[in-house]
Amino acid sequence: MASSSSSSPATGSNSVISSATTLADSLFQRSLDDLIKSLRSDPASEPSAISRAIAEIRREIRSPEPLTKSIALQKLTYLSSLHFISMAWASFHTLELLPSPIPHIKRLAYLSASLSFHPSTTDLLPLSTHQLHKDLTSLSSNSSTSPSLPSLPLHFLSVSSSPDLALHLAPDLAPLLSRPSPLQPKAVASAYRVLSFCPTTVPILFKPLVDCLSSENPQTVSAAIGAFCELSSPPNDPTPYLPLAPEIHKILTNSKSNWILIKTLKIFSRLVPLEPRLGNRIVDPICQFLRQSQAKSLVLECVKTVLSCFPSHEEAVQLAIEKIKELLNSDDDPNLRYLGLQTLEMLGPNHNYAIESNREIVARSLTDPDRTIRKKALQLIVKTTSQSNSIETFSLLVKEAAKSDLEFANEILDSVLSVCGKDDYALVMDFDWYISLLGEMARVPNSTKGEEIGRQMIDIGIRVRDARQELIRVSRELLIDPSLYGNPFLACVLSACAWICGEFVEFLKDFVELLEALLQPRVNLLPSSVRVVFIQSIIKVLIFSFYSFVEGKISIDSVLRMVNLIEITLGPLVECDDVAVLERIRNLFGVIYLLRDIKDYKKDEEKDREIGEIANILKKILFSEKMGPVSINAQKRIPVPDGLELKENLADLAEFITSTSTGTDIFLNPKRENENENLREEMRIETKSSSILLEHRKRHGLYYLPTEKDEKEAELTEDFPLVKDDLITVNNEESSRRLKVLKPRPTVVKLEEETEDLLQASSSVSVVKTDNISGAIMSVLSGNKNESENRELNSSQERGKEREKNTDRERKKGSKKNEERRRKSRNRKEKEASVVSSASKQEPAIQDFLL
Amino acid sequence: MIKAVMIISTQGQARLLKFYEFQPPEKQQEIVRNVYGALSGRPENVSSFVDAESIFGQGTRLVYKQMATLYFVFAFDNSENELAMLDLIQVFVETLDKCFKNVCELDVIFNFNKLHTILDEMILGGQVIDTNSEQIIQQVDEITRIEKSSSTTSLVPKSISARFGR
Repeated sequence: MASSSSSSPATGSNSVISSATTLADSLFQRSLDDLIKSLRSDPASEPSAISRAIAEIRREIRSPEPLTKSIALQKLTYLSSLHFISMAWASFHTLELLPSPIPHIKRLAYLSASLSFHPSTTDLLPLSTHQLHKDLTSLSSNSSTSPSLPSLPLHFLSVSSSPDLALHLAPDLAPLLSRPSPLQPKAVASAYRVLSFCPTTVPILFKPLVDCLSSENPQTVSAAIGAFCELSSPPNDPTPYLPLAPEIHKILTNSKSNWILIKTLKIFSRLVPLEPRLGNRIVDPICQFLRQSQAKSLVLECVKTVLSCFPSHEEAVQLAIEKIKELLNSDDDPNLRYLGLQTLEMLGPNHNYAIESNREIVARSLTDPDRTIRKKALQLIVKTTSQSNSIETFSLLVKEAAKSDLEFANEILDSVLSVCGKDDYALVMDFDWYISLLGEMARVPNSTKGEEIGRQMIDIGIRVRDARQELIRVSRELLIDPSLYGNPFLACVLSACAWICGEFVEFLKDFVELLEALLQPRVNLLPSSVRVVFIQSIIKVLIFSFYSFVEGKISIDSVLRMVNLIEITLGPLVECDDVAVLERIRNLFGVIYLLRDIKDYKKDEEKDREIGEIANILKKILFSEKMGPVSINAQKRIPVPDGLELKENLADLAEFITSTSTGTDIFLNPKRENENENLREEMRIETKSSSILLEHRKRHGLYYLPTEKDEKEAELTEDFPLVKDDLITVNNEESSRRLKVLKPRPTVVKLEEETEDLLQASSSVSVVKTDNISGAIMSVLSGNKNESENRELNSSQERGKEREKNTDRERKKGSKKNEERRRKSRNRKEKEASVVSSASKQEPAIQDFLL
Repeated sequence: MIKAVMIISTQGQARLLKFYEFQPPEKQQEIVRNVYGALSGRPENVSSFVDAESIFGQGTRLVYKQMATLYFVFAFDNSENELAMLDLIQVFVETLDKCFKNVCELDVIFNFNKLHTILDEMILGGQVIDTNSEQIIQQVDEITRIEKSSSTTSLVPKSISARFGR
């Protein structure tokens, strides 16, 4: 074999290939097919084969001969597209081949350009302008060239162009739009992309685009409708396209092509919310389609339009519901079932009966092997639960979660938890049932929602007094079960259970059993933050049991047994590593020491009194005030004492620290967005800075805002204001009306502003993007007459600006307000004038149409 | 609009990629991997729609059809009708069938340029131009004819395989 480059040695030894051109190499060249074959022959050595090919290509592409160059470019395009090799370095070669008179080579070059050129990858884009211009106008100049030639630059323009390029070539695009030819639909599709890249081309391209709507060629109409559909879709503003409504309506009533009809419906679904009278004109055609059309895609689109635009038009909605039923009942086609579920979701609350009647199918879809359908079914079920059927629904869902795989189980749990927890548990009537459901959810295998479950348990414990009994029962069960301790996701749940048992210990029946559970050896598997909670709970249980003993409610034996158990289990841990655990164990032993004389109780009067007093005091400390929910605005409600200045920016505190530090810089960045980066930085200068910070905090504690822990501790003292009574809402009347619920719904402590503020904080008003296009289009549509008005307005604005400059100078002398008022009123008048004039232009067109 | 047209083999290799919103090569690779991941786990007889929000952005979906060893995937957003897209895949595959006479994966592998030509007659800039497979074939044939007739390829082909008639 003469040439070494044609064979593909399995060893891929690069030494065989030198960068110098051999005679053989210049005679032979691998074609694309050869390249593909070589890549396929040995998958293992693919990377080396590719790099060899690239080296080859680099050599070949520099050849002056266009054929060699083009084949090299072809190979490179293939590698770039399917093997993700960057080909930005070859842009110049691509440009060189663009003007080639040989159609085959030209096509290769354009393909390569469309796939790889973009303002972000190459700076050579402007160099293509001239060639693109020539090719776009080739139809008019040279009739011997292929009529499909200009389609090549059209493809290029639609993906790869930059705003500048678009601006330069728009004038060439315009004649293609207005001349009927097989190229027209492609020109239309390209034009809309050019418009969106570069809104300044609107004056040139928009009118021809609109004219295409009334073209004879159905393909052109289809492309034009598609273009307007894209232009009016979110996040763009659909308002400028309202004047086109009459045209589009004509198309709706006359066209036979389903494709076109679907697009018209989509456009209308965006225009109708802006102009409700439009709705009246299109309801009838839509109902007709719903009744007669055989095309499922059209029917689907009609259903969607009806449900989103005419939720109150009974007839249309009924038809739509019928069609949805049909879709849902197609057992053999999962696509139709999925689409049925999707459209069912669009039904508003007025038509929940429709969802009810299809409930069986929806429930069955929950167990469908298709993940997409399952997710949809879940969303649907969650959306339509109300207070009456919440119990069965959620029990069903949790049972389903226990049977499902990891991802879906967590999705189910997530949605159940969020729906039930919303609005302070608005959907939950029976808290006892809900708490046992929470317990079940904790037991679902693969569940990762431990944190949320724990949080909700504690939340309910704080807010709902009547539910505490049930909470204790469930918590006790969960704590006693040793199998749950090994599961890292359940640590939060166990922590919550332990806290609940400690806090509401008065509901417990058997202290010894609980203590045994809290002391079991498997507790050591839990993270230390959880163990800390456990030990704190043990302290509480112990104190309460002492107190109960003093009151005569339990026997001395149980108390002694508890003390014994604690000493045996926790004694060795007194030397453990973790400081938090250590501290609490010592506290616990301190309490035990205080009451060491308890076994001598009832023997000596004086000692009895002492012991009784101690037990009393201990109980008061821990159990006197129950914790309640704290409003988010509580901090704000504390009046700032006189003389205290609260600063937002704590950056100057850094000075305090650096003056005492040994040279390490700490960046106190008060902005919240940089918190994460800040944390990382702090981690890096960890030990030194944290100790300095602690030091500083001790000295200048007043400047620091209290953290969450401080708030809770402060609450236990008298300084913190108590929750006001007028904020608690009572929900009893509603529940007593229901015959099913045996007992009235317990009161849930709500703090009104909480929900409001949270909503404000989290809601983001979806603002329609005010882009340049809508402004430009508005001005084009308002016609020529307005141009003169605009010119007047512009000049008056200029005069106004001059006047403003004068008034600025005058302002320094005084009379500020008058000038501003005059300026504002002038601006307002100008704006009103322009709006009125443009609106008045549009209004007649639409008014005629709508009446 | 149609965001992308992809043909991916059941082994995860890309056979045809066309993105109607420019993506740099690394991003393209990531997209192909994600799409393949989403599709490979799906059993038989399930719906052809997959949510693609994490791959292409908000509101986008994939519709796919598995034919033998290839996945034909179209990614689209809310401006397209789902069932219409399903039809479009059908049209595309039929067109390929007519063009290559019982198309198989090898045809797709070795006809990179022709595939792009066919796709370009169907979709431009994310908008559908033509849904009639006959017409598309006609156009493609016309193009091929013109290119063959005015081609100045030398009588002796340059590539080894063509020269030695392998």
